[in-house]
Amino acid sequence: MRFQGKNWKFPDDVDADVIIPARYLMTTDADELAEHVMEDIDPGFSKKVQKGDIIVAGANFGCGSSREHAPIAIKAAGVSCIIAKSYARIFYRNAINIGLPIVECPEAVDDAEEGDEFEIDTDEGWVRNTRTGKSYEVKPFDPFIQDIIAAGGLMEAVAKRVREQGRVAE
Amino acid sequence: MGMTMTEKILARASGRETVEPGEIVEVAVDLVMTNDITAPLSIREFKKTGLERVFDPKKVVLVPDHFVPAKDIKSAEQAKIMREFAHEQGTIYFEVGRAGIEHVVLPENGLTLPGQVIIGADSHSCTYGAFNAFSTGMGSTDIAAAMALGTTWVRVPPSIKYVYKGTLPEDIGGKDLILHTIGLIGVDGALSAAMEFTGPVIDKLSIDDRIEMANMAIEAGAKTGIFPFDELTREWMAQYSDNPYEPVFSDDDATYQEVIEIDVTDLRPVVALPHLPSNTHAAADIHDMTIQQVVIGSCTNGRISDLREVAAILKGQQVHPEIRCIIIPGSQEVAKQATREGLTDIFLDAGAIFSTSTCGPCLGGYMGVLAEGERCVSTTNRNFRGRMGHRNAEIILAGPRVAAASAIAGKVADPRALPVAAI
Repeated sequence: MRFQGKNWKFPDDVDADVIIPARYLMTTDADELAEHVMEDIDPGFSKKVQKGDIIVAGANFGCGSSREHAPIAIKAAGVSCIIAKSYARIFYRNAINIGLPIVECPEAVDDAEEGDEFEIDTDEGWVRNTRTGKSYEVKPFDPFIQDIIAAGGLMEAVAKRVREQGRVAE
Repeated sequence: MGMTMTEKILARASGRETVEPGEIVEVAVDLVMTNDITAPLSIREFKKTGLERVFDPKKVVLVPDHFVPAKDIKSAEQAKIMREFAHEQGTIYFEVGRAGIEHVVLPENGLTLPGQVIIGADSHSCTYGAFNAFSTGMGSTDIAAAMALGTTWVRVPPSIKYVYKGTLPEDIGGKDLILHTIGLIGVDGALSAAMEFTGPVIDKLSIDDRIEMANMAIEAGAKTGIFPFDELTREWMAQYSDNPYEPVFSDDDATYQEVIEIDVTDLRPVVALPHLPSNTHAAADIHDMTIQQVVIGSCTNGRISDLREVAAILKGQQVHPEIRCIIIPGSQEVAKQATREGLTDIFLDAGAIFSTSTCGPCLGGYMGVLAEGERCVSTTNRNFRGRMGHRNAEIILAGPRVAAASAIAGKVADPRALPVAAI
C-alpha cells in the first residue's frame, strides 16, 4: 500500500489516554470517537486533521491503556498512516488488527518537521520526505503479521480459519 | 540452553520443547478476560466470525468494573451488551454487588493460577504474573479472536531480570518498589519484554506486594511481569483455589537480555509526579505541593492489605478540611473484610468516603473526576495528562501510606513524618 500526506508531529510516549480520553469510551462508534481524537494532547486536532494526513511520533507511541478505541479513532479521523520511532506493544497489535497502517522509522521521525509531506510504501518498505527528498528504509513486518494485514485484519483471518475448521458453514 | 519461566510457559502452551525470544508462537489460553469498556468491541468482532459459541465458556470471564454501577445511559448500554452476551454464552460473569475490579476479583476466585497463559482486554492484565502466570493485556479484537479460537499469538519476549537486594524498610511496599523501578528504567524501559522480579527482597515480599509490582509492569512497556513460584505463592493458592496448577521455574542457565540489580535499603516512600509514572521522587523531597483530592483503591492498591495500611494512618485522624478523600475497595470481598475489621468506620470517622467497588476515578470515568487545575494523590497506576479528568489536572501516583498521609496533610506528605496508630 502507498500513502502520501502531510504530517502532524507528536513527541515520545503519546499514551492511549490522550489519544482518546476515557470520558468518551461509552461508545464503540468510530466516527464519534474520531471527534475527540488526540483531544488531551492537541485540543482541536480532530478539526484540523485532513483525510490522508500522517502522524509522525516519537518512541513508545500508544503506551498505557489497551483501548482499541485509540487506533479506531485515529483511523476514523482520516489518518492514513503513522510513522513512529517505536510503538507500545498493545497499540501495535491493535493497529494491525483493525487495519491502521503503521511503520517504524526513527531516522525519518528525527528529520521530520511538522507539515512535511511524506510518501510511504509499506510493501516496498520505505518512506520519503518530499521536502528534503530523503528516503528511509522501514523495518519490514514479520511474515506472520503480513498475513494478518493481507487477510484484511485479524478477524477476517480468524473467520477464514473457523470456516476451514468446519466450525462455521462456508 | 536453559529457559526463563516465561519461555517455559509459552513453550508448554504452544506444544513445543523450547522457544526463543523473538519467535512468534500460537499458545493455548487458560483464561480470556474482558470488561465493560472493551467487551462491546470484542463481542462485535467475535460475531464477525459467524461462530455461535465461544471456544470454552468456563475459560471466558467478563467483568463489569470500569463504569459500573452505570454512570450514565451510554455506559449502561455498554454493560448491557456485555451482560447479555455473558448470559447467552454461559461465560463466567461477576455482577455488580458480587464483583469488583477484575484484577482483584479473578485471583480472589481462584481463577488465575501459576503456569497459566492469561490474556485480558485490559492493559493491567499483566497482574497475574504475581502468581507465576504468563499474563498480558491485549486489545478487544485480539480477545475476540481468542474467544473464538482458544489460542492467541505471542512473540516470545526477551526476559529482563530485576534482582532486588538489601534490606527492605518496613514501610516500603510493592508500589514503592515498582514506581522506583519504572523511575530507573523509564516508561519504555522494558518495552515488549518480560520483567522477571527476583532476589532476596522478593523472596520475602508478600503476594499483595507482588501483585502491585506485576500490575504495573505495563507502565514500563513490558509484555508481562512475572515472579518465581515459592512457598508464599503455594500458601496463597491454597487459600484461594482448589484448581490444580503447574508452576514453572527459570533455569540457572536461562538467557536474559539484561540483569538489573536494585538495592532497596535506602528507599524512601516514592511518588511519581505528573505526567509520567517514571517521574519518581521521594515523597519527603516534595515540599508544599498542595492537593485537593486523594484516591485510594484501583487494581493496583485496592486490596485489604492496602486498606489496612491506610487505616493505620487515618485512625483517630481527620482528613484535611480542603481534601476529598475517596477510598474504593477493590472488590465486594475487600469491602466486607474492611467492614468486619472496623476499617470502614475508621475511614468514615476520618471524613473520607468509602465507595462501592469500581475502576471509576482511575481513568476519569466517575466517582472523583478532577477539575481544571486540581491536583490529586492517587494509588492508581497512571498519571498521564487527562487520565483522571481535565487535561490540566495533575495526578501524583503513590502507595497507600503516602496517599493516607497526604489526605491528612492536605499536600504531598511523607508517611514517616506522621504518627501511626496501633491497629
